[in-house]
Amino acid sequence: MSGKMRILTSLIVIALVVAALGVWIIRGPGPLDFAGGTKVALADYRAGKPTGVPAKLEKASLVERGEYLAKAADCMVCHTKPGEKDYAGGLAFKLPFGTLYSTNITPDKDTGIGNYSDQDFLGAVQHGKRRDGARLYPAMPYTSYTFMTDEDVLAVKAYLFSLPAVRAEAPENTLSFPFNQRWAMIVWSAVFNPDTRFAPDTSKSPEWNRGAYLAEALAHCGECHTPRNLGFALDNRRKFGGAITAGWRAFNVSSERATGLGNWSDADLVSYLSLGHAPGHGSASGPMGEAVDHSFSQFAPEDISSIVAYLRSVPPQPSPDLPATTAPVAPASHKDGVTADARGKKVFASACASCHGWSGESPVSPMATLTGTWAVNDPAATNVAQIVISGTKRHTPDGALSMPAFGNAYTDDEIAAVANYVTGRFGTKGSKLTAKDVAELREQTAE
Amino acid sequence: MHMATTLTINGETKSFDAPPDMPLLWVLRDILGMTGTKFGCGIAQCGACTVHVDGKAVRSCVLPVSAVANRVITTIEHVGTTPAGAKVQKAWLEAEVVQCGYCQSGQIMSAAALLAATPNPDDSDIDAAMAGNICRCGTYVRIREAIKQAANGRQS
Amino acid sequence: MNAHNSVSRRTLLTGSLATGFLLAFHLPLRAAVNEPVQPEDKTDDKFAPNAFIRIDPEGLTTLVMPQVEMGQGIYTAVSMILAEELDADWAKVQLLHAPANEKLYGNPIFIIQATGGSTSVRAFWKPLRDAGASARAMLVQAAAAQWGVDPASCTTSKGEVTHKASGRTLGYGALAAAASGQTPPKDVPLKDPKDFVYIGQPFKRLDTPEKVNGKAVYGIDAIVPNMKFATLAQCPVFGGKVGKVDDHAARKIPGVRQIVVLDDLVAVVGDHMWAAKKGLDALDIAWNEGPNAKIDSKAIWEDLRAASAKDGVVAKSTGDIAKGLASGEKIEASFELPFLAHATMEPLNATVHCKPDSCEIWTGTQIMARVQSEAAKAAGLPIEKVTVNQHLLGGGFGRKLEPDMVVAAVRIAKQVEGPVKVVWTREEDIQHDVYRPVYRDTIAATLSGGKIASWKYKIAGAAIIARWLPPAFQKGIDIDAVDSATDVPYEIPNVHVEYVRAEPPAIPTGFWRGVGPNNNVFAVECFIDELARKAGKDPVEFRRGMLANQPRFLSVLNLAAEKANWGQPLPARVGRGVCLQPSFGSFIATVVEAEVDEQGEVNLRRATSVVDTGIAVNPDTIVAQVEGGLIFGLTAALYGEITIEKGRVQQSNFNDYRMLRINQTPKIEVHVVKSGEAPGGIGETGTTAGPPALRNAIYAATGVALRRLPIDRKLLAAGKKA
Repeated sequence: MSGKMRILTSLIVIALVVAALGVWIIRGPGPLDFAGGTKVALADYRAGKPTGVPAKLEKASLVERGEYLAKAADCMVCHTKPGEKDYAGGLAFKLPFGTLYSTNITPDKDTGIGNYSDQDFLGAVQHGKRRDGARLYPAMPYTSYTFMTDEDVLAVKAYLFSLPAVRAEAPENTLSFPFNQRWAMIVWSAVFNPDTRFAPDTSKSPEWNRGAYLAEALAHCGECHTPRNLGFALDNRRKFGGAITAGWRAFNVSSERATGLGNWSDADLVSYLSLGHAPGHGSASGPMGEAVDHSFSQFAPEDISSIVAYLRSVPPQPSPDLPATTAPVAPASHKDGVTADARGKKVFASACASCHGWSGESPVSPMATLTGTWAVNDPAATNVAQIVISGTKRHTPDGALSMPAFGNAYTDDEIAAVANYVTGRFGTKGSKLTAKDVAELREQTAE
Repeated sequence: MHMATTLTINGETKSFDAPPDMPLLWVLRDILGMTGTKFGCGIAQCGACTVHVDGKAVRSCVLPVSAVANRVITTIEHVGTTPAGAKVQKAWLEAEVVQCGYCQSGQIMSAAALLAATPNPDDSDIDAAMAGNICRCGTYVRIREAIKQAANGRQS
Repeated sequence: MNAHNSVSRRTLLTGSLATGFLLAFHLPLRAAVNEPVQPEDKTDDKFAPNAFIRIDPEGLTTLVMPQVEMGQGIYTAVSMILAEELDADWAKVQLLHAPANEKLYGNPIFIIQATGGSTSVRAFWKPLRDAGASARAMLVQAAAAQWGVDPASCTTSKGEVTHKASGRTLGYGALAAAASGQTPPKDVPLKDPKDFVYIGQPFKRLDTPEKVNGKAVYGIDAIVPNMKFATLAQCPVFGGKVGKVDDHAARKIPGVRQIVVLDDLVAVVGDHMWAAKKGLDALDIAWNEGPNAKIDSKAIWEDLRAASAKDGVVAKSTGDIAKGLASGEKIEASFELPFLAHATMEPLNATVHCKPDSCEIWTGTQIMARVQSEAAKAAGLPIEKVTVNQHLLGGGFGRKLEPDMVVAAVRIAKQVEGPVKVVWTREEDIQHDVYRPVYRDTIAATLSGGKIASWKYKIAGAAIIARWLPPAFQKGIDIDAVDSATDVPYEIPNVHVEYVRAEPPAIPTGFWRGVGPNNNVFAVECFIDELARKAGKDPVEFRRGMLANQPRFLSVLNLAAEKANWGQPLPARVGRGVCLQPSFGSFIATVVEAEVDEQGEVNLRRATSVVDTGIAVNPDTIVAQVEGGLIFGLTAALYGEITIEKGRVQQSNFNDYRMLRINQTPKIEVHVVKSGEAPGGIGETGTTAGPPALRNAIYAATGVALRRLPIDRKLLAAGKKA
């Protein structure tokens, strides 16, 4: 080998090492790496059964088991356009570089997945590969679903195939270059898809392992609650530290005590997940409201407990932009407390005070209490503005819970003003949204 | 599921069967036949359904009946027996506030709760307490005037 | 009912009033208005000389209301007019809703039995005075006969006839029986207005005491024994039909009793509204949306603009418009107004009991007789088998000039055993309204010597009259659509007005408080301000210069300017705007003062109206109507717009169809000018006045000449110019 060759080889090796290091740095740890214990193959795990359906459904039919798992994986919300048929796709995902539309996953042969073999379906769910070989965009959380067992994925398929076929062509995606280059997803997937099935951790309890499987493989919590890295993949160094997804803020769900779940009681967590509300912590709305309505509220109680046990173990992550505590109840009189934003106060008096009260404690329903929620304690007021714009409609055991959407009749300026007023009055630090900020938030959620 | 519910409304004990999520508005109107409390929007945006729960103005169209057991409920039919309610009703007639009148049950309930809590309200207090009540006939100028009259005991 | 002995002139005159809801005021013997079974109108021993008046032996004077009470104070005004000429004792007056009877209670202006168009006092002023005076004359005749004196020597006051010379007095009650036997005199003289004792006094309204204590009964409050409750869904796309209904979830909801599926609507019947509403929400309805699913606002506006470019039917032409427009700089503009919903506070409703051979209806409507005839058609019954019980209206604003809510309820009730109260949700009410149509007006004008020399004005919009009152639609002209366009107050040598009938596809359109004048006064008064600016004149000064022969207009304009401090300095971005209008037989000038902040938000500061409405029957009601009308109009100017997407209305409730609230309400002053002229209309005038005055205030504050409603606040942010 000549000197030149040696130098060249060294340079190539160095370049490869740098590239590998770069990938390693960007990719970071896997979602379960924080646990650190010994992983064994599922088949070798004897302490419990972390995968599949809860005990009461063990004897159920494949379709019924698939239904439970499909709900646990929350397939429907993304694959259904509001007002249209379930699972028929067409929901728009507004991204900074264009719009993606979810696909029809009913068994329609022309426009749905009716022609998918088991292998095709596994390819899509675990590997992000369409039947025609094209790559899926990671809006489909296959990097989470990849942890599902084949058996569970195929149960979901059986359920989907039991549904009526709906003919519905999804609109064409409108991504700009280079994001419209699907082949690039091959590289992305190679780097960011762990492409591995769930491996139980023998150092943890069976309950924890069940929770880990549900949270990571099915419920894909991290897809919203974990910040993303430069490659738009989950940055598990900041696992569950909170992030903005689809224009809404998914708050810190790590075990951090101030801004995460560290101070939540088990009962609060169970209540929040299964009902979408916990006293003093507010109500789920936006994407989390949908997750509760269509997914968590359908979980078996022991599965909710498992998720709680798992969440408790996720290392604390700070939320530097949030205050250390949420603000206490605001004064009963409109005159006391923060009243700086006159326009915001006007809007609040007209459209908000009837349900939320001047103190933030709702006179009509604990579900509408603002006091103690992170939404009003977020100085960015993201979720406050979003819920004012688009409202919420939730189904709870006590009946429907809804807040009307004000986005169509109130100006950006008014929405900014009321968000600033609400965060100022009921939160720790008032936001400083402008009309322009609100316009951008609208963009992110607009259908 | 219907449940036997007992409420104290206008000082009387009322028992009836109703689903727990049924808003108080419909219990009043459709089960108890107390039609003074009005349906306007069903989403707490107009205030026509306002009643008092423990003396505070609350929109009954979004208030589940299960949430008001053991609370004191007063409606427009009985608010005249409270000092603030009587003053408000009198002022309403003196200032000739009412036009179609459909929203006025709610307006009066909101105003009576305001006066009970704030006997001498200024304009900002009136705005804060009354902005949730829509009047399509546009009687707002007189509502403000009547509240001030009721507070001052002035005669027109 | 003791009907046999009551077959008399009175019965023939008044028809059957047995089912009318009795509203008694000021008396210990109040009618039990919350009772499902109403007191009968026993007439055996009453003096009932005409359709409007009956007096019982105790002197209790019942007045039958030919116009409906929807907030405008007409029950009090009608009573004052009747009582004035009758010299009734006001303390003994009680009121009765008129039954459906076109012959007896038809509005002399419309012929049909309708309340609307600010016509009540104008239309009934003479007939009611005649009725009162005639009845009084019969009572006097009866007394005079009893006393054997000349009727001319008797006087009347507060329900009594007095013969001064002999010091004798008899109450109307005591005379009731004898008066019934008197022949109604012909051509009874009416009072000289200077002798009025009731008319012109600020009377307390008769309907208000029960509206402040929860006892007033609106249509939605009707309680009929054993009734069920229903709510409905019509196809969200106009004209669409019901496809498939999956009701298995709805049937599981406690309290749901029945699902009624008709070709174009679905209703859920339950033990209460909550069950019905939950049931409706739980239904999975597949609609056959039909071709209208393609309609949207954008296309509607394109169509209207195209129609507006065509020549119309000439509604007025004076002078020589072609020559006029050719003789100077032609200034042009077009103005556009949106669809509007009525959003009465009382959502649409009707309670109906259909039996095989009869149908009874409880509702509040502006068109009693038409509701009866349309209900009869829907029920498949002869008209006389349909009884309509009228109620107070929780707002009308023109929405209840349509019978659709009653027809839908009858169709549902036909499928239901026993009575059923059908209540629309607010969402259904907003999304299935009969909307104020979109309008586009184009104007071209020239100026000469600081005045308007020529004026060509063209309206394009729906002809509501053609549908609603076909005989009144003559020669292609909708008299409502051109109202206030053919009679602008200003002296202009060359005037030409055209009308293009342009019906929006599929969207039902109807009357909305302020009707045609809303559109025309807006376009005219906004453009006048633009012309004033062009002429370099102050807007009030510019108007004054063209009103030399219009003393009533000139005087209200001058007084409004004075009261509103016209011309006095204002802070930056605050402006005053004026509007002068000829509508509804009244002469009104309005000044609105508004601030436009840096972000373009509009704050209303003050509104001042001066009203010359002729003889003011109840001056305080006139003030109240103008105050409320201004709020109604300003609400629409700021927020009102119904938009269509995929054939459906996009607004649904007060969160997205917004209303002005008390914390946005300006100070309002209304000055009523004393006048001896015949009364004008008032109920809609404020609504017409508010939007142009506000727009002109914004023009003054910002220089931005808005030409569409609602006000687009985005155009008004600081830094934007016209």
